This record gives sequence, structure tokens and C-alpha cells, in this order.
Amino acid sequence: MKEQTSNPVGKSVPRVDAFEKVTGAAKYVDDMAFGPTLLHGKIVHSPVAHALIKKIDVSKALALPGVKAVVTGQDNPTLLGLYLKDRYIYAYDRVRYVGESVAGVVSISEEIAEQAAKLVEVEYELLPPVFDPYEGAKPDAPLLHPDLGKYEVVNFIFPKPGTNISEHFKLRKGNVSDAGVSEEVWAQCAAVVEDQYTLPQIQHAPLETHIAVAQWNADGQVTLWAASQSPFAQRDLLAQSLGIPHGNMRVISPYIGGGFGGKAGISIEANVVLMAKAVPGHPVKVRMTREEEFVATNVRQSLVAKFKIGCDEAGNLLAMDLAYYFGGGAYNDYGVNIARAAGYSCTGPYDVPNVKGDSYCVYTNHPIGSAMRGFGMPEIHWGLEQIMDRLAEAIGMDAADFKRQNCVRSGDIILTGMTMPEVDLPKCIDKVKEAIEWGRESKPSAPHKRRGKGIAIMWKAPAMPPNPGSSAIVRFNEDATLNVYVSGQELGQGAFTVAAQMAAEALGIPYEWVRVSANPVDTKYSPYEWQTVASRVTWSMGNAVKAAAEHARGQILEIVAKYWNENPADLDIKDGVVISYKSEREQTLKKMVIYGLPNENFEGWQGGPIVGSGKFMPTYVTGLDPETGQGARAVVHYTVGAQAVDLEVDTETGQIEVLKIASAYDVGKAINPDLVLTQIEGGAVHGLSSAFECMLFDDRGRLRNPSFVDYKIVTSLDAPREIHGDIVETPLEDGPWGARGVGEHVMVQTAPAIANALYNALGVRFNDLPLSAEKIYLATHEGEELICKA
Amino acid sequence: MLHEITLNINGETYPVVVKSQDTLLRVLREQLGLTGTKIGCENGECGACTVLFDGAPVNSCMVLAVEAQGHCIETVEGLSKGGDLHPLQKAFVEHNAVQCGFCTSGMLMSAKALLERNPHPTEQEVREALVGNLCRCTGYIRIVDAVLDVAEAGD
Repeated sequence: MKEQTSNPVGKSVPRVDAFEKVTGAAKYVDDMAFGPTLLHGKIVHSPVAHALIKKIDVSKALALPGVKAVVTGQDNPTLLGLYLKDRYIYAYDRVRYVGESVAGVVSISEEIAEQAAKLVEVEYELLPPVFDPYEGAKPDAPLLHPDLGKYEVVNFIFPKPGTNISEHFKLRKGNVSDAGVSEEVWAQCAAVVEDQYTLPQIQHAPLETHIAVAQWNADGQVTLWAASQSPFAQRDLLAQSLGIPHGNMRVISPYIGGGFGGKAGISIEANVVLMAKAVPGHPVKVRMTREEEFVATNVRQSLVAKFKIGCDEAGNLLAMDLAYYFGGGAYNDYGVNIARAAGYSCTGPYDVPNVKGDSYCVYTNHPIGSAMRGFGMPEIHWGLEQIMDRLAEAIGMDAADFKRQNCVRSGDIILTGMTMPEVDLPKCIDKVKEAIEWGRESKPSAPHKRRGKGIAIMWKAPAMPPNPGSSAIVRFNEDATLNVYVSGQELGQGAFTVAAQMAAEALGIPYEWVRVSANPVDTKYSPYEWQTVASRVTWSMGNAVKAAAEHARGQILEIVAKYWNENPADLDIKDGVVISYKSEREQTLKKMVIYGLPNENFEGWQGGPIVGSGKFMPTYVTGLDPETGQGARAVVHYTVGAQAVDLEVDTETGQIEVLKIASAYDVGKAINPDLVLTQIEGGAVHGLSSAFECMLFDDRGRLRNPSFVDYKIVTSLDAPREIHGDIVETPLEDGPWGARGVGEHVMVQTAPAIANALYNALGVRFNDLPLSAEKIYLATHEGEELICKA
Repeated sequence: MLHEITLNINGETYPVVVKSQDTLLRVLREQLGLTGTKIGCENGECGACTVLFDGAPVNSCMVLAVEAQGHCIETVEGLSKGGDLHPLQKAFVEHNAVQCGFCTSGMLMSAKALLERNPHPTEQEVREALVGNLCRCTGYIRIVDAVLDVAEAGD
């Protein structure tokens, strides 16, 4: 073997998946071959935002030659959902957004399926729509889900039947009541800022659109191939919803061409399974077009956030009164937990004595708001991080100093009553201040341009049920190479690489000996993993991999100790060789990890093929009081970080050029430092892009920009020239080698950091995303008569 | 209408039967099994399906298969020769310029076309050459650095 890397944890070893990806050999769902029996499915989408379905006529579609089946909500009126079962697979009696699945057509070709989809005739009776979450939360708003009270829901989500509120999380701490923070507290404040900030829905826009292939065999075996962050959660939801035994429901998921949360939970997969049920024995494939991806798959929720925050004259935060209205879209089966996460972290990374927080998830007649990188945190930090700057300015303090003074520290009793685990946010702030040369003014490149710097800090906890589990298996081969079986998905973040590093480190073998057997993840053969979400995989799956490797290591040491007649405690494995610190003997792992070792004089053998298994599940998260949000341990841990931005804005065009973004995150332990930096860089650019993105709907709920021409994401020309990353390492108590997640955190506070830099440059505040050039131009030319000079 | 044509892909000649409306992208993927070229939008917007058409980068979703007859088409599968990675592929690996991998093939092809017409591009020229290739994961910086590295190493 060539180069060998010992003790790879903490080293920037190459990605295990890079070779396959640069050669075009890496297989994604669309690259898998299904043979000539493959049929093609097309989803029929609702053209209206809110309506009762009076009649569906599929006869014309069925009569088209080549059409094999048409399925509708009548075929399987079963509710589906992760936290709240509020969604029919195909619309049953009403539609709630433009794009909703109304029927599914199966045919022998994509072209025929497309034609047939247009022949499905649906009669709608229009209902008044709800688009704004704040208006939608009012008691007299038109109801989207009259059956909300009948839906099955997990015990930590609190829908309000008779309203459009699918979740209401209440946080009460200190001198507050349901009416608000006590007047006594406000009276002590030297500065109070009260304002509203909003964000529109935005799209994940992964390069690979949603795709699923399903096959339902006559013997009841069902297989789904899907680009999925959640193969096991999808198996569970499909099995429950369709009455399939879990053992008969198989989900296979290869590499994913970008997820960002959009491929978490369940989206089109159940629709394709029902299509397959109608044509037993045939695989059926649905690949969303780019337009469908925008209109008819999950998106990030919108938010209307109302803040009243005050501090004393020394700059100590005294009170927060917060109301978050998340625009959850038509179905909130996953989105309810975003509002909950925003509720139990509603203060942002600050230590505040008096907090009244209310976080609502509200049904609206827009696409389904669901998990997206940051899961509620980019949304709430957008306003919070600007108000912190405004308070600092009001009392004459530097914004970075203000944030540093008030930010959470290890050991603080935070808003939910939980003790803050070990993290070092002040250090992150210091790092980005240094990198951005905070306080030093830079000259603009032209007289009509302005320069500005801004800073923003963040926190985020993995948002999940209290007990999501991970498991892993390691298996040796004759030459002592090792296969690691995991079901954490490789979305690009490097999950497979860190799994290989951890297995090698825990076993004492070189990194190059490890193969990751997880492409595809196959629920029939792969070990259980809840979902690849919440930046939980390095931590949770990592703990399972470490446990599996240690299990295998223990077996090996026992065999060799017996062989040498020594104590296993005196033995170790280094670079794939078992050594004894006592006798200084050595035993290579090759062959013995399969064939075992002979007894003395070859009187029999001992050992056998080494297989290690390991699991991890947090066991310590407690419930929270539904009236106050108080409890011993709300979450497993928090990752914290800071970002600073240096930008230039053109006052003649309103264009912003972000010149530099500096980031620092406390990751506990960087298992692969360069991969952490790639997350920091990619996340900063994703965060930058998100500040300019907007799903633009007309007054009937129809998306006006469902393409990359009209919905612009950042290109190579827009990315900053420089992204600086600093890694802070304060070990996490129950993290593998101290590691905690960082994949989502890297974009949480980019938008408010940009807004703060814009204020620094222009002296103008922007409360509503996106930061369009038009908006910036108009704000800087307020009161001027605008004349078209062309 | 069906057409019997021959396509020259990565130096090999392939006889294929295609419909008039079949795109080069679909024929590469569905008839020839060259699935390294990805479907991202089928609308010429994202660059995931970029291949070289007589050395020039094109969105293969915007090219009809019949138009490709008589032209040299290069795909990501043709980049590495005899098991050795192309310098751009090597640089992408070394720079960790790959995350989910879905844009990678198209990026590599656009970069190859750039370096062939301009062996020593500036950073700005690299960014301009890649502007039609969207990437949602990396933030582009590693990709730009990888291309610049190859340009510097060449002569």
C-alpha cells in the first residue's frame, strides 16, 4: 500500500468520495439503471392555492395510449407526516397550495406521462387563501385545516385546533407574564428597540432535483430508491402510512446532489410509491423538473418576527419580548418543529434575565415550509442580530463589545433553564474581529461607493426528537482493510470521510485501510440512522462508529492476549499491528481478523471474523413545560459562532459587493479541519445568497420565479474574493473526540452580518429580506425625484 | 422521426438511433450510459450538463443529438486517461473543491475549455468562465483556486 496515515482524527485527509465524483463515476439515483420495465410517473399539480376538490376525472388521461395508471387521493386517503400527520399523499378533499399533488400518472414514457397529466380534469371550488402568517394566525382568518384537532401529533408539539396555528411554543423566564415583560423591567432599560423583521420563503435549490423510483411487488415487497437525507425516517413514515411491515419496506439512497434539508423528511417519495402500487412489478420513476422543484417541493418557511428588546445603560440585556410567526405553508408536518426550535432558542445566543417568547407555526396557502439549513435560526437571527446593533448604538457602545458582553457562556442557566454546555463564543467574536480588522475603516474604490463592516453571532442546537439514534457496523477483511457501515448520508458535507477517520483512529489502523460501505444506504442492509439532519451526524453517527470500532478492537485484543498469555490491558493496536507494552511482541492484523489465531502447538484455534457494532442515542433530553418552556435539558448541545462582513455598496446601482466574510465556529474538535473550512466557506456563500433570494408569489399564490433565470442564486462572480475561517475547539462532553456539528451554523447569521455592514456603509436599516438592489437604491435616494434618464 | 447517426464521444464512435427532439444530454445518459453528465434543469440555466462541443463548453440539454453528428464531444468520462486523473481532476481533489459532486462534471468541462483557450487566466477570467455553472455547496472559491493552480502549473 502507498502512503499510510496513522491517527487520522484531526488531520485534513482527502475525502473518500472525491475520486468518484471528479471522474463522473459517482452514482446518484438518476444514474441507476432500472431496465426496460421502467415506467415514468408525472405528478398533476394544483393550479390554485386554496380550494375544495369537487370532482376529478381521469378518464381522458387513462384513455391515452401508453398510460398504465392514474392515481388520486381517493386511492389512499391516509395522512402522512413526521411530527404532525396533516398531509394526504395526494390531495383528498381540498388543495392548499399551487403545486400540491392532486394525481399521479404512470406511463411508458416521460412524454406520454406529461401529456396525460394535462388530461386529468379537476373541478375546484375556490376558497379564500391565507398568505401572511401574522394575518393567518388571527382568530377570524379562513381555516386551512378544519381537522387540525383530529391529526395525530407527537407529545411535544401543541397545535391550536380552530385556528391556523399548528404549533405554539411558549417561553417564559423571569419577571414576565402572558401579557408581556413586566413594566418594572422596561422601566430599568436605558434603551429599548421595538420593531418587526420579515423574511420570504426561499428554496434550497440543490443542483439535483428531487427524484424517486419505486417498485411494489405482488408479494408485498416495496422498494424505494430516493435522493434522501432520511432513508430510515422515510421507511418508517411509508410503512406506517401505507400499512407495510417495516421489514417489507426498503429504501435505497445513493449519493445526493445537494440536500440542505430539502431532502429531509418526506416529499414526493410517497406519491411515487402509490404510483408503483398501481402497476405491480414495475419500477416507476419521477424526477422533478426544475420548475416543479421550485413550486412543489419543500422550501424554507417565511417569518414575520416582532421584537421588543431592552438593555440598561451599561449595555446589559434586561428583557426580550418576542413573537415569531412562521409561514409554514400548506402542510406543517415537519415545520412545526422549526417553530419549536425557534421558540426554545428564541433569544439567540444571549443571556437575558426576562424573556417572553411566543413562536407560532402558521398554515398559509404557499408551498410546504420544511427543514432548511439552520432550521429556524437564520430566520430569527435576521432581526435579533440587527436589534443588538441598534441597542449598542443607542447606548453608545461598540456592537461587537455589546454582543461579547451579553453572549452566552459555559455554565450559564439559559432561557429554558438548561445549563449551557462548554462552548467559547467570546473567542469566536475575537477571532472574526481580528480577521476583518474590526474598527478599521477601509476606503471605497470609487466616490459613489461606500464601504462597511458588520458583525453577527449565532447559536443553534440540533432540533430533533429527544431520542434520535445512530448505529454503525465495522467488518474486517483478510488483508485487515475495514468496511464501515453507516447510514449517515453523504450530501457533500464529508460524512463518509469523517466516519472513515473515526473508525481508523479508534481501531488503530491507517486511514487508507478503511472503506465506507454506505453508497447506497440500503435500509435492508445498512445500520439504523434517524436522519442526516440537524448537523447531528459527525456527533451522533460518529459516536456509533467509535463504539463499533472499539467493540472490534476489544475482540482483537482479547484474542491476541490469549494467544500471548498476556493481559489485554497491556496491549494496543498501532498502525494495524497489535503490540504489547509488556513483552514488546507484535502481531499483524492481517489474516488474524478473519481466521483467528492458533493455540500453542496448533492445538485448535481461537477467534474468528471480527465484526464490531456500536450505537448512540442521547438519553438525557427532558420535556419542557408547555406553559413556560422550562425544563432541565431542552437540547443536546449548542454550536456557536461569529461572522463579520466587509462590503462595498454602489449608491448609483444599489449593488452590493461582499468583499470578505470572516467566520469562526466552536466545533469542539475538528475531525477533518479542511472539511470544516469547506463548510465554513460554502455556508458563508449560501448565507450571502440567501440574503438576496426570494420566492415571489402573485396575489393568487402562484410562484412567479420558478427558474434559475428568475430565482438567482450566487454564482462564481458573486462569491466574495476572500472567506476567512477560524476553528475554535472547546470539546463537547459527549462528542466523539469532543466534536460537535457545524454544517448548518455556517449560514445562520450571514444575512444580518451583511445588513449590519450595510448600515455601517449607508446609515440605513433594512428590515425585510431580500436585499434587492432596487430596495437599496431607493433607500439611499429617499426623497429624490427619480427620473428615467435613458 | 428517427435518425440513425454516429456520435464521436471522447474519441470513440457510437452509432445511435435518436428521435429528432432527443437532446445530446439524454442520449449520453440514457443510450450510452455516460451518466457523469448531470441533469440539473434541462433549461440551459445551471451548467450541470456541460460538455465540450469541438472544444467549446455547451449545455448538452440545449443541444439536439442530431446536431452533434460530425462534431467532437467530450464528457467528464473522457478526462482521465489510463487511470491517471486529468490535472484539473487532481486539483479538484486536492483543494477539496468537491462536495455533493453534482456540479463537478460540468465545472471540470468548463474549466478545461477555459484553459485550452486561455492557459493563464486571471482569477476574474476563471470566475467569468464558470459563471454558467451553478454550485450550491462549495461557495466556488476552492473551485476557482483549483483551476488557477492548474493554470500556474502548466506552461
